[in-house]
Amino acid sequence: MKVSAFERATNYVVLVFFALVVLGPIGVIVSLAFGPESASVAREGFALHIENFAEAWVVGRFGEYMAWSVVVAVIVVVIAVTCSILAGYAFGVMRFRGSGVLFALFLLGIMVPTEAFIVPLFFDMRSLGLTNTVWGVALPQAAMSIAFGTYWMRTYFRSASLSIIEAARLDGAGSFRILWQILVPVGRPAILTLVLLTFMWTWNEFLIPLVMSPSGTVRTAPLGLAFFQGQYTQGTALLAAGAVLVALPVVVLYIFLQRHFITGMIEGAVRE
Amino acid sequence: MPGRSARRSGRAWVPYAYLAPALVVYGVFLLFPIGRAAQFSFFEWDGLGESTFVGLDNYVTVFQDGRLLEAFGHAFVLIFFFSILPLGIGLLAAGVLNRAQVRGLGFFRTVLFLPQVIAMVVVAVAWRQIYAPDGVLNGALRAVGLGHLTRPWLGDYTFTLPAVGLVGTWVATGLVIVLMLAGMSKIPREHYEAARLDGAGALREFLAVTLPAVRGEITVALTLTIIAALKTFDLVYVTTRGGPGTSTTVPSYEIYRRAFETGDVGLATAVGVVLTLVVLVITAVINRIGDRS
Repeated sequence: MKVSAFERATNYVVLVFFALVVLGPIGVIVSLAFGPESASVAREGFALHIENFAEAWVVGRFGEYMAWSVVVAVIVVVIAVTCSILAGYAFGVMRFRGSGVLFALFLLGIMVPTEAFIVPLFFDMRSLGLTNTVWGVALPQAAMSIAFGTYWMRTYFRSASLSIIEAARLDGAGSFRILWQILVPVGRPAILTLVLLTFMWTWNEFLIPLVMSPSGTVRTAPLGLAFFQGQYTQGTALLAAGAVLVALPVVVLYIFLQRHFITGMIEGAVRE
Repeated sequence: MPGRSARRSGRAWVPYAYLAPALVVYGVFLLFPIGRAAQFSFFEWDGLGESTFVGLDNYVTVFQDGRLLEAFGHAFVLIFFFSILPLGIGLLAAGVLNRAQVRGLGFFRTVLFLPQVIAMVVVAVAWRQIYAPDGVLNGALRAVGLGHLTRPWLGDYTFTLPAVGLVGTWVATGLVIVLMLAGMSKIPREHYEAARLDGAGALREFLAVTLPAVRGEITVALTLTIIAALKTFDLVYVTTRGGPGTSTTVPSYEIYRRAFETGDVGLATAVGVVLTLVVLVITAVINRIGDRS
């Protein structure tokens, strides 16, 4: 196909336009984060106010919120990815009664919105004394990620070469050894994608920690940010610095491993 | 780990053993609460005292309560901003971009997709600063001599819902462009050559070759973005809390408010059940239409 210089130029104009539209609001919050906290500080001269981040970390308690986020995310990722690998293995390479119905149950969990079950879940967890605990915040998110993770890992195991599995079986390897020593090492890219997506969803989740920890004992980073905004109408610089801190871990991972994020979110959405 | 003896005596239980951990966590923390939600929705309960069986009363209320109907109406308005608008822009942009290959597309794809990985709360905080009375948007309007258009964008009965919706447009458009580009890159170049030999212009080429080829991607884009629109919670919670008045309230926010602020637990779960059914029906319809290609 012949491509004129004009079409090429048009492409750059379109791309730059959309890139600026995306980066604009991000630029606003980043520049506010490095900006002066008040007019009196501003008068001292033009400088990057890195101290905003330190202040947000300590005074804004973002350090504490981020620590909770790390704890919750680690629990969710470990539980959800382990369970998903095991369940995806069963659905992907084994034949058994009820597999169709059970798999449909997992697919249901991908589509059902959190709002459908969060209310009764809160009251049942309250009766069990699990609200305001890290488990109350983490386990419902693990359940949601298992729905997607099982679907995702099943797709990987389906694509894994049956001849390798057959050969290993003839060598006398049990099903767990086949999984652990052959399929998991080969499937590292698929598993890494799942780890990253689960981490991102957990880190960014808002409704579940909001509902499950009403007293604010377990306040994850996005909640801390929303709370900070509600508490202080002044202090835009600290709020912006907090927002940058909350977004940073996922954005950094995204910059280095963007292929995993993009293919994961796009392929994960394409259901057969 | 299944031993040899287990294998010989039939290993029918093995798959279930692998499924067990996932089923337990998923069953206890997701499936069981869904069942409980259906049960809760037939009761009136304030979250503390005794509950009373009220049959379908809560569902009747969902369709009669002005505020709840308004919330569902707003969710459908948000579908326009979260799905329809990004799809239109995305198809147009990808259609133009697909006509020529350029260097650096990887970089632009990374940028366009960026809003998808940023926590919605952070996005909401950023846009609140932009929409603030003395914020960037009003500042820009004044700078170009359109000062009469300035307003408190998140405090205006007419403009707040579109303002919130446009945040969704901002988040979704990059995703849709990336999706459409991925779909269009799979179209064999010869199809375009053939269309051009037939004397097709850019528009005919787009309608006859490009659009039918990305049907699957359109289905995916609509499913993802419509579900996101119907589930909107963080964005409304942080930017407007449903206000001013009830002008931006959405089903998710009403569920939260009724269950945990006004003590209408049964009604809140009924709203949740209805919202879920809306999501499932819309997903099914879109995929049915998409599959018919």
